[in-house]
Amino acid sequence: MPDKKKKATAYWKENVKYLFLLLTIWFLVSYGAGILFKDTLDTIKIGGFKLGFWFAQQGSIYVFVILIFIYVRLMNKLDKKYGYD
Amino acid sequence: MSVQTWTYILVGITFALYIGIAIWSRAGSTKEFYVAGGGVSPLANGMATAADWMSAASFISMAGIIAFAGYDGSVYLMGWTGGYVLLALLLAPYLRKFGKFTVPDFIGDRYYSKTARIVAVICALIVSFTYVAGQMRGVGVVFSRFLEVDINTGVIIGMVIVLFYAVLGGMKGITYTQVAQYCVLIFAFMVPAIFISIQMTGNPIPQLGMGSTLSDGSGTYLLDKLDGLSTELGFNEYTSGSKSIADVFAITLALMVGTAGLPHVIVRFFTVKRVKDARKSAGLALLLIAILYTTAPAVSVFARTNMINTVSNKEYSTMPEWFKNWETTGLLEFDDKNKDGKIQYVADTDKNELIVDRDIMVLANPEIANLPAWVIALVAAGGLAAALSTAAGLLLVISASVSHDLIKKVFKPNISDKGELWAARMAATVAVVIAGYFGINPPGFVAAVVALAFGLAAASFFPAIVLGIFYKKMNKEGAIAGMIIGTMLMLFYMTKFKFGWFGGGTPADWWFGISPEGFGSIAMVVNFIVSIVIMKFTPDPPEDVQEIVEDIRIPSGAKEAINH
Repeated sequence: MPDKKKKATAYWKENVKYLFLLLTIWFLVSYGAGILFKDTLDTIKIGGFKLGFWFAQQGSIYVFVILIFIYVRLMNKLDKKYGYD
Repeated sequence: MSVQTWTYILVGITFALYIGIAIWSRAGSTKEFYVAGGGVSPLANGMATAADWMSAASFISMAGIIAFAGYDGSVYLMGWTGGYVLLALLLAPYLRKFGKFTVPDFIGDRYYSKTARIVAVICALIVSFTYVAGQMRGVGVVFSRFLEVDINTGVIIGMVIVLFYAVLGGMKGITYTQVAQYCVLIFAFMVPAIFISIQMTGNPIPQLGMGSTLSDGSGTYLLDKLDGLSTELGFNEYTSGSKSIADVFAITLALMVGTAGLPHVIVRFFTVKRVKDARKSAGLALLLIAILYTTAPAVSVFARTNMINTVSNKEYSTMPEWFKNWETTGLLEFDDKNKDGKIQYVADTDKNELIVDRDIMVLANPEIANLPAWVIALVAAGGLAAALSTAAGLLLVISASVSHDLIKKVFKPNISDKGELWAARMAATVAVVIAGYFGINPPGFVAAVVALAFGLAAASFFPAIVLGIFYKKMNKEGAIAGMIIGTMLMLFYMTKFKFGWFGGGTPADWWFGISPEGFGSIAMVVNFIVSIVIMKFTPDPPEDVQEIVEDIRIPSGAKEAINH
């Protein structure tokens, strides 16, 4: 059925769009803030933490957890929108 | 009560609990044995995944490695958690929708090829065996230090316990024991960390204590103090690294992708009811893992500072009891080179008089901080929970690979459910014995081999699975060539620079300055490229396979894991 197929393609496109967005953040907090720009961020200090060091050993992990739960929410909504739940 | 009495009591209670759960939840069918019947709740699966994932390495070794590596240790923190984002977003929901029992099942069906299935089985076996040997060793170390039995006896006790509940209960027994083990291990990790954080900084939350000022009234930040102490002794500043940016990048990537490609982690997502639950349970798993992974770097900072303060330039004769205890295990060595009776702990290897095995930091930490005996015993019980839960998960992958992927799918397709269950139990038994053998006679290159396990998972499974889901036209020729070339390249690089084969080489000869630990990321990229290039020159996959791909992208109508 072409209609069914169209729906599936649209759903998949939106899904892939979410993935790109979330994985960009995933990359920025770990490889960006924790590694590539670590030295620059280290000049900023929050409490006893240099910011780059904090991202590498704490911050990136918190963001990872939040990212997955955002993904769960987005996908649950998307499933509902397309009637796939 | 003494530490040893407490340890016997706590280890005894937890072991009785695990055995009780195993009897209550034993498996009656292959479906229960492989995927716990497919009806595990997301929270239970999240806890089981967390316990499955956090091994003796996470519990015992990681904080110790970071304590000595400082910023460079971040690769483990980011690598072993960031992989769950990939797992949750790119793999878990689709593999759950696919609804089979094992990773080779997916590879074999998606790439419509027995060869692909066998290549995947071999990769799964290599990865799992290298990993499980390390776990049995961890069990042995904990037993020998805290219960004062021989390491070998410790390994054998561990084997008997795992054998009992893995063989009897299969995935069902393992899942519910892992739930209990998660509770034990997280409690055991957090209690001493909180105690020490209060002691050193006055803040009960270790994640914040790490960035607080010292409670000695000096107003100095703990991290600044540690940076100062480290440079004074000639080490790198704790919060700066010594590895190149390219290498830190490559190792982090290899560990992340390797984590997402480890079969014993992936298979856990086959056990939940719906696709929705697979996503949610990946989130819960990472949340539960993050509790330990954000505490570990704090423990590292506390332990390193405490240790330097306790030993550096102090008279050997005034050392506390824990120092002597660890000396007898050979994991702590003091050699008074300048004969002044004091301990010189410095970066310069000619002058340094103290050698500390990194693995003892977490275990010795409560003793260094003078915590009560029951806390020290709790850490022993937690270390055992971490090692046993991971060993059990790996054994299940090994037994399923043999009984399901090889016997049922390749050699004897008409085997009955009962026969297959029997074969799975036999395979698990044999695997425990082999793992125990490696635990008792560890190959000298355990650390190298564990890095290899991640590199191999990254270089073999990850690209094949991701392309299988996200690239409908990917065919068997591309995927098989990619897996074989990725794996061979990884093996070549690792054996060349770790064992000196193929002419060997020093770090100066590393390609692009990337260490063998980080090379998995290069091998993975090569796998992707080879797969796509070969695919362009070979026929498209058959229509029905392309339909499977379209079907797994849609979450609704996920069947329970079917017996086929």
